[in-house]
Amino acid sequence: MTSEALSSRATGAVAATGPSGPKPNKLTLSRVGVYAFLILAALFFLMPLWVMVVTSLKGMPEIRQGHLFNWPSMLTFEPWLKAWDTACTGRDCNGLKPGFWNSVKITALSVPVSIVIAMINGYALSFWRYKGSEFLFGVLVFGAFVPYQVVIYPLIIGLSKVGLFATLPGIVVVHTIFGMPILTLLYRNFFTSLPVELFKAARVDGAGFWGIFFRIMLPMSVPITVVAVILQTTGIWNDFLFGTVFAGRENMPMTVQLNNIVTTTTGIREYNVNMAATILTAAVPLVVYFVSGKWFVRGIAAGAVKG
Amino acid sequence: MQHSVSIKDLSLNFGQVSVLKSLDLDIAQGEFIVLLGPSGCGKSTLLNCIAGLLDVSSGQIFIGGKNVTWEEPKDRGIGMVFQSYALYPQMTVERNLSFGLRVARMKKDEIERRVQRAAEILQIEPLLARKPVELSGGQRQRVAIGRALVRDVDVFLFDEPLSNLDAKLRSDLRVEIKRLHARLKNTMIYVTHDQIEAMTLADRIAIMKNGVIQQLADPHTIYNKPVNLFVAGFIGSPSMNFLNGALDGSAFATENTSISLGGYQFTKAPSGKTNVVLGIRPEHIAVGEDARKMPFQFESEIEIVEPMGADTIAWTKLGGQSVTFRAASEVALVPGQKVTIGFDPARGSVFDAASGDRL
Repeated sequence: MTSEALSSRATGAVAATGPSGPKPNKLTLSRVGVYAFLILAALFFLMPLWVMVVTSLKGMPEIRQGHLFNWPSMLTFEPWLKAWDTACTGRDCNGLKPGFWNSVKITALSVPVSIVIAMINGYALSFWRYKGSEFLFGVLVFGAFVPYQVVIYPLIIGLSKVGLFATLPGIVVVHTIFGMPILTLLYRNFFTSLPVELFKAARVDGAGFWGIFFRIMLPMSVPITVVAVILQTTGIWNDFLFGTVFAGRENMPMTVQLNNIVTTTTGIREYNVNMAATILTAAVPLVVYFVSGKWFVRGIAAGAVKG
Repeated sequence: MQHSVSIKDLSLNFGQVSVLKSLDLDIAQGEFIVLLGPSGCGKSTLLNCIAGLLDVSSGQIFIGGKNVTWEEPKDRGIGMVFQSYALYPQMTVERNLSFGLRVARMKKDEIERRVQRAAEILQIEPLLARKPVELSGGQRQRVAIGRALVRDVDVFLFDEPLSNLDAKLRSDLRVEIKRLHARLKNTMIYVTHDQIEAMTLADRIAIMKNGVIQQLADPHTIYNKPVNLFVAGFIGSPSMNFLNGALDGSAFATENTSISLGGYQFTKAPSGKTNVVLGIRPEHIAVGEDARKMPFQFESEIEIVEPMGADTIAWTKLGGQSVTFRAASEVALVPGQKVTIGFDPARGSVFDAASGDRL
């Protein structure tokens, strides 16, 4: 066949058939509706944040005038400084600063401790099955459904018996215990999704329990560990209950201090300081979510749901 | 004689389920044994027991004359290759190969030497710096074989190593494994469900079903003298024709046909009239001119024809029972055509219909 015949045939085919190539995107009415709804919903949920931000940037006289949604006419960062440095919680007037550092200490210790233990748990429960390991796993996961309030009292007694109540190690232990069910589940499901032949190959190669863990499994569990870090960091930072009960006066986390600032009953209620303090406290988990949103979703999909 | 691998009265139960039933197997030094069977027959389980990855319920395993029943996998003198390659994803090919040696804290230059040798044998030297994700399936499986190679062991265990590869690569790598065995002369135990791999590679094939070895013999014997109906039906593609009938003296009788079994070597002399199954391989049935030289001939009508390229497979009927045969592709066959086909009953197999055992 000549090239002429080929090309004429090709153009003929295009003329004869209708649609060809990618389907064009058309803006339909229903699509417009969907976007309109999404934008409205986003605005609705952003409204409280907007109110918080503008209020925190206003002086008290301006706040008393009302106009909740207005941009401040006199922009001031005074409330932010006060919330951080000099706001009063009961008798102390040091702002949120000590609470922030306490929260950093608690989080920085509890996150690695709980993750390392959960990682070893999950590894052992998925690769080194023994009689009763499934039962143990079941019990651990069941722990996720126990309401925290139920175990607080026995835990206080227990921790004070060993001298850990109202100490930094005490609160770390508590966070580690309560992070265990969900983190173990996360890691076990992740390790179960790895091919078991990898484990067998490593055993034939002569690696033992720790050898396989450190040389093979640990380097492979980076994505799921990112998820665990996010889960634990936000969870522990946001915790209020355990902080109030177990941390003790010296180690009150930021959330507890925020509560004390906001609910303080002496003097006038400084709404701008309260707003600034709240935003400051919420900033850490917010930043974590924004920075790691993609990882978070990916890890949850890979680890927790599957299997 | 010293056996390379010896399995004595091995059983394995998972709870109530018995996976391996008092199994005995002796493997000679340098022998290539293929464990063949349908999925769930216990062949991979047996391999895992030999490797030490599963604890046995009872029985003993000897490797190189040493009782290794309670030994760790690394102390058994084995190397293993897995179906999914099981390469460590975060390590380069070189690190993958040397992992076992590094775990054993071997000297650097010795590790280097062994990795180089394995890479040279398997022709993966240019890949040493790559990660497993950057390799094709065939290359990955070569690395996996290399990982067994560097361990310098006596016994190689292969767990369906070619099942994840496409057809072309599979036949290429099959030849390479055969070449490797010819070069290294190690004992190799190879698990597969692919009968072509089994037939082409094995010195001896162990056909398994429900945790029991049905027949252990060289491929020729397995193919020509299967011990029971299961083995006969499992080996061969298309599978053996089975004709139901009765044995009367030395003649096989089915619906209005009688086939003389003169020349057939009975393993057990049949007594009186018994119900039997006569098995004839499709490739032992001749058609046309060739058929006229056969001791038994019959006229029949072709039902379906399947051209395979190299040859043609045709369906027909004998005494109301379906029969397939393999004809050269030059023979023109069309459905509805009347042809003469014939075979030599002495090349067939006679099985007891009740027990399924060869007679």
